[in-house]
Order: sequence, then C-alpha cells, then structure tokens
Amino acid sequence: MKTDDLIRAMTSDLAPPGPSIETRFAVAFLPGVLVALALFAVTLGPRGDLALVASDMRFLFKFVVTLLLALCSALLVWRLLRPGAPAGLQIAALTLVPLVLAAGVLAELFVLPTSSWCPKLVGSNGLVCILSIPFFALPMLIAEIFALRQGAPTRPTLTGVVAGLFAGGVAAAIYAAHCPDDSPLFIALWYSLGIAIVALAGGLAGRLALRW
Amino acid sequence: MSERDIDWGDLMRAANGGDAAAYNRLLTRLAPAVRAVARRGLGRAGLGPEEAEDVVQETLLAIHLKRHTWDPSLPLGPWVRAIARNKLIDSMRRRGRRDHVPIDDVIDTLASDTAEPTPIPGKLDEHLQSLPDRQQSVVRSISLDGASIRETAARLNMSEGAVRVALHRGLAALSAKFGTGKS
Repeated sequence: MKTDDLIRAMTSDLAPPGPSIETRFAVAFLPGVLVALALFAVTLGPRGDLALVASDMRFLFKFVVTLLLALCSALLVWRLLRPGAPAGLQIAALTLVPLVLAAGVLAELFVLPTSSWCPKLVGSNGLVCILSIPFFALPMLIAEIFALRQGAPTRPTLTGVVAGLFAGGVAAAIYAAHCPDDSPLFIALWYSLGIAIVALAGGLAGRLALRW
Repeated sequence: MSERDIDWGDLMRAANGGDAAAYNRLLTRLAPAVRAVARRGLGRAGLGPEEAEDVVQETLLAIHLKRHTWDPSLPLGPWVRAIARNKLIDSMRRRGRRDHVPIDDVIDTLASDTAEPTPIPGKLDEHLQSLPDRQQSVVRSISLDGASIRETAARLNMSEGAVRVALHRGLAALSAKFGTGKS
C-alpha cells in the first residue's frame, strides 16, 4: 500500500477529535478517587478529634503539601501526554513541592527542642502510613493508566512516575485525615516513602502500558 | 513559529472542524516532512532508507489516531516532529532485535529526494493482510480502490455506520501492529 492510499483512508476516517486530554484524564480518574474515598471510609476513617485539629497549622500543612504535589503532578502529566509540548514551567512547579516541605521541616526544627526531634520523626504509626498511601493510591493509579493510554507520552516511564506522584499525593491527602502524626518531620519521612512506592509502581506501569 | 507551522496548524484546525479536504492536504504535506526526518534518522544510525516509508506510515497513523493530543494553541510542527522521532526510535529499536536486510535488496531503493519511493512491499501490507476480513475489505476498498464510504457500504452490503466503525478499527489495528512489529 502506498502512503497516498493510507492518507485517503485516514481522510475518510476524519471525525471530531473529541474531548481534550485533560477532560479524558478527569473522567477516567473520577471513579478511581471515589473508590479510594470509599476504601478510606470503610477502613481507617477520619480521626476522632478532626474538629479540634481542623485549624491546627501542622494538620493543615499536611494537606497543603500533599495537594500541592497532586496539583503540580497533574499539570506536568497533562504536558507529558502531548508530544513536543514544552514542560519546563510544569517541571519547575513540581520541584517547588520538596522546597515547601523542606521549609516546613526547617520551621519545625526551629520551634521544637532537639530532644523531641527523634520522637516526632518516628511518630506513632509510620508503618500504617507507608502501607496506607499505596493502598488508597492503587485504584487511582489503575484509573489513571487507562486515561494516560489515550494520550501520546513520548517518555512512558517518566509519565508513569509523575502519574504515580499524582495518585500518591491524593492518597496521602486522604490518609492525612486519619493520620494522628502531624509533624512535618513525620511527613518528610513516612509520607515521602509511601508516595515513592506509588511513583515507582507508576513508573513500572508506564513502562509496560503506556507505549503507543 | 515558522511560516510552515502556521499553515500546518491552520489545516489541522480546519480538519478538527470537519474539513476533510484540509485534512487531506495536511497529511499530504506532512508525509514528505516526516520522510525527511525518517531518512535523516536512519542515515545517522548508519542504516539505509529502506525502512523510511514504514516509519512514515506508522507516524501518519499515530498523527491520525492521536490528533486530540495536539494543543491548538501551540504550533503543529514540534508535535509532528516529536511523534516522528518517537516512531523512528521505536522502529530502530525493533530493527535491532531483527536480522539485517541483505544490502542487495536495499540498494535499489536508495533515493536522495523525499518523493515516495516506488512501492516495495512494506510492513503496512503485511499488517493489512492480518486484519480481520471485514476491516481488511473496508480499508482496502477505501485506500487502494479509492471508494467512498457510501460506495464501500453498497459494495460490501454493510451500513455506512458499520463501514466507518470498521475503517476506524482497522486503522487503529494497523497502528497497533506497527507498535508490536508483528502481523
């Protein structure tokens, strides 16, 4: 078959391009986040003193940093789905997230006496944290992979990693409503580990499932 | 933004609005540009241009099936080149896993311009033959015989809707077969 013949077939197959990548992503992601929230409600659930801590700086900082990670990852992943689209700004925004976390850690170190650094870092339930974040992230990551397959990522592994950061960020924000540890020191260690597991899984999934 | 990119972008915007003539013109103009990328890439890797047309066809299929990943606020050129480069790399990676083609089979197809070479049976023909019967008949009727959707529907005793579905699925299947390198 000559290329001109192929072009004729493609011309006959012309249809409106359909919804944007962002819309497709959001539509596919929605069931994932609903499943994650349902899992959260039937397993851990929010902590008992939610009303008391709702205005606590440390408690709120957990949501700021995890949701900021989710937002910046989503913005980057949307760029990565478009071949040749410049992504410098989005990469810069994502690198901002560890800086915000570092600022929180520094502030915490400044106000805490040296003797309580270690207990705050170890916290009371680190293991639950690094297991819960991947657990809640899984349905979202699966939903995301289906959405990402509609894109055209020229770097499938990287795209999977960033998708993992997004699912991990949202999962961490969900888990944060249960987590009794509020210190930025705890976040920096255990949340990061939990999210890193999801990012790793995302990278692997991207490598296997996002070629086109 | 170069003059050419503006033209390509305008044609794609028109195509997205349903203008088939603009879409045909766009694809016809993209083919030589993609061919140049493919030949240059294969040449740089020390390979002959014998597989360039496979890369061109695989790239055009990807452009067709992934149209929604182009951001209309950006120029079309970088998007096309990124897809072409991606398909070129994929093709060379697959080639690395295969035996090399004897040079005598290749020498005749060496050409320096970007015109489409005299047809040698490429991957596309192999892939086409491995499609399900119905998709194959529809794709053949429209591409090789130049029939319209309506003529194809009448000829194959199908509804026009069914022809459209078979055509789209056939093109998607061809693209997927390029991706795995197997028919």
